[in-house]
Amino acid sequence: MIEFRDVTYIHENGVKALDGITMQMDAGETIAIVGENGAGKTTLIKHVTGLLKPTSGAVLVDGVNTRETSTATLSRKVGIAFQNPDHQLFSESVQEEIAFALKNFGFPPDLVEKRVTWGLQLFGLEEYKESSPLILSGGEKKRLTLACILAWDPEVVILDEPTVGQDAIQKEKLAGTIKMLGSTGKTVVVVSHDIEFLWPLQPRVVVMKSGRIVADGPAPELMTKKEMLESARVAEPQLVSFYQALSRRPESPFVDALEARLWIEEGEASHRGGSAVT
Amino acid sequence: MDKILEIEELSFRYPEAAKKAVDSFNLDIGESEIVVLAGPSGCGKSTLLRTINGLIPHMYNGDYSGDVRVAGSSVRASSMRDLAQIVGFLFQNPENQIFMFTVERDIAFGLENLGVPRPEMRRRVDEAISLLGIGNISQRAPHELSDGQKQRVALAGVLAMRPRLIILDEPTSLLDPKTAMELVDLVARLRKELGTTFVVVEHRLDLLVRVADRIVVMDAGAKVLDGTPRDVLFSEAADGYGVAVPSVTQVQKMLARDGLVADGKIYSAKELASIMERRGA
Repeated sequence: MIEFRDVTYIHENGVKALDGITMQMDAGETIAIVGENGAGKTTLIKHVTGLLKPTSGAVLVDGVNTRETSTATLSRKVGIAFQNPDHQLFSESVQEEIAFALKNFGFPPDLVEKRVTWGLQLFGLEEYKESSPLILSGGEKKRLTLACILAWDPEVVILDEPTVGQDAIQKEKLAGTIKMLGSTGKTVVVVSHDIEFLWPLQPRVVVMKSGRIVADGPAPELMTKKEMLESARVAEPQLVSFYQALSRRPESPFVDALEARLWIEEGEASHRGGSAVT
Repeated sequence: MDKILEIEELSFRYPEAAKKAVDSFNLDIGESEIVVLAGPSGCGKSTLLRTINGLIPHMYNGDYSGDVRVAGSSVRASSMRDLAQIVGFLFQNPENQIFMFTVERDIAFGLENLGVPRPEMRRRVDEAISLLGIGNISQRAPHELSDGQKQRVALAGVLAMRPRLIILDEPTSLLDPKTAMELVDLVARLRKELGTTFVVVEHRLDLLVRVADRIVVMDAGAKVLDGTPRDVLFSEAADGYGVAVPSVTQVQKMLARDGLVADGKIYSAKELASIMERRGA
């Protein structure tokens, strides 16, 4: 779906933000991009939307070189929710905000209405539909940008720090939405420092440092490599620390707290069973 | 313990809003406490912070009742200028508060505004720079710095004012995990060395439980939970208010409910693992 071919990007001030990135992201994959501040994560995703074009190398979205198409054409396929929602909210009301892109893409009015209602419900924004987006809290604004993007059903969904300002219940809903998108064949790219949020999604993890990809693989494989993570200023998830501190443990780390509890309680039960025999 | 912040029966409603953003809220915070303020998005946390630094009622209109006292003085009766010397505020995004040509000038900005004499200004800026370990970047331009460095510069600007209470609004949300941990350690160190009180709005409790004395949870403008991290995280109610119980604490909480482990204190991943090992042995 997305292909980076030896992409290098040099800022106007001469700083090399991306340095020889080659990677592929397929339909149905959920990919987490992690790494220290300034590693090039946001620069990388801006290349997918065509907002930035490589200094050398090429980025292909669904086989089309981003240099040979317009950002407007690309946006039909790629939806991005920026880190700062204030950069993309401008309508008079919350419902108009969701309807904006749909109308632009020429969706029929009845479908626009359906999608707006769907978005408002999915992200718990119904009570604000007539309100100005500006009165929303930071977390609500973030949810609104997500509703806007998902409403036009792009093939690729990019979320830049989606958990900022979200409480645990909203984060859980967001995780559910990401899983749902993955299961319907979308490519979901999540840039986040929130390792505890990313871990239960069990994404493919791409670790970046100084404009390069230093590791790329499934979460259980990469998130247990403490030294590699630390060199990229990323911490291991709490459940991985817990798992690694156990001497007798299952084959792969616990995905969530419930899984850890069940494993421990099974061990306790068999332990009690064993001691009853002796 | 002296009280640095007293909020008494505070209610505030924005003009034209149907509901009160803060509703009959009471809270006392003692000198040098580290208090985490949590709660669902839209619960009134940001409004509450504005009533502490004086933006409400001085800059926002609305129905205000009750009282907020900082270091004994009523916020309503104090000027923004006086409040600025008691309450410091660090925004989520440091770019909202650093804008001068050099780091040093940026840190001095608040002091210049107050008309602090130059020798005193020099002393305070140097002190803030050394506390935060940013001497090596003091002559750089803020926009050239990394996000973690910008956060430190913004905090240095706040510290130079020598506030007794510092409010941090989701300070770690834009920082990578290691830089976020360093910031949390820094907060603990400043409390110890300067006796500063911190009120921290944060959803990611995994980092803060190590250093926090208390967690206060808000919902629909009211205070619904207030206690030690242990008491709040282990309460049945915490999950319902969207409090992010850290994953290892969730495991401990479930095991404790089933009587397999004690719940007198919050264990780290390593502590919990070693307790389970000993049980299994």
